[in-house]
Amino acid sequence: MLALLVAQNIAFYVIAALIVFGAIRVVTCKNLVHAALWLVLVLGGVAAQYILLAAEFVAITQVLVYLGAIIVLFLFGIMLTRSKTGTDTDLDHTGPKRVGAAIIGLLLFGLMGYALWDQYRDQEFGTLIVQRTAAVSDSIFSTYLLPFEVISVLLLAALIGAIVLARRD
Amino acid sequence: MLINQFLFLGAILFCIGVYGVLARRNLVLVLMSIELILNAVNINLVAFGAMWHATDPANLSGQVFALFVIAVAAAEVGVGLALVLMIYRNRQSIDADDVDLLKG
Repeated sequence: MLALLVAQNIAFYVIAALIVFGAIRVVTCKNLVHAALWLVLVLGGVAAQYILLAAEFVAITQVLVYLGAIIVLFLFGIMLTRSKTGTDTDLDHTGPKRVGAAIIGLLLFGLMGYALWDQYRDQEFGTLIVQRTAAVSDSIFSTYLLPFEVISVLLLAALIGAIVLARRD
Repeated sequence: MLINQFLFLGAILFCIGVYGVLARRNLVLVLMSIELILNAVNINLVAFGAMWHATDPANLSGQVFALFVIAVAAAEVGVGLALVLMIYRNRQSIDADDVDLLKG
């Protein structure tokens, strides 16, 4: 049991380091296509964290929707707006604005870190039970049926909206 | 594993995303940073869901909400990229600073 926990912790920290490194590359990279590819690393790492949290169905959905669809959408967006695919120095704001953004980010992290540490300190998860897909679907189609239907209508509206916005007249 | 491991990972990812939204000028990159923020929120939702699930096995709210967030994120990216395409078509640029018609 202890050995398993150690293995879980090592896996967590390795994946977390990859996620943070990839995320920093996404927001600092000078090349649009590379930024999209670093985003793949971040999203894949997040899927791996879901598996560590014993949430299989969300992990699979993450891979299908994010890695499968959203990254492709981003690459299409880059292609259709004829952005420079090589190094581009025009992607960021100028110096002072970036410093301001970094300060806001750090302040926000300080605030959230303080609140989280104050509340949870070293509280452990109980024994993580694998959350079966059947149980998730039961929950969606009983307790959360109405929000699920609303999401369906929202997706339809977004689909129609995107077509109307993007088509040429 | 500590709950805080996952919550802090979410917080770091969220702050990197906020930095990206504020510091990037290219609209596609701003949308990518928003994806980082949404993923940070999802990590938190699934972590809290796992915490609840350990005490109350019938409760799967965390995962269900994470799934809803993923669906809304997909809709958001679709509409967002359509808007970016519109801006590109009208102004031949996707630089956030060039969209300044409201400035007097």
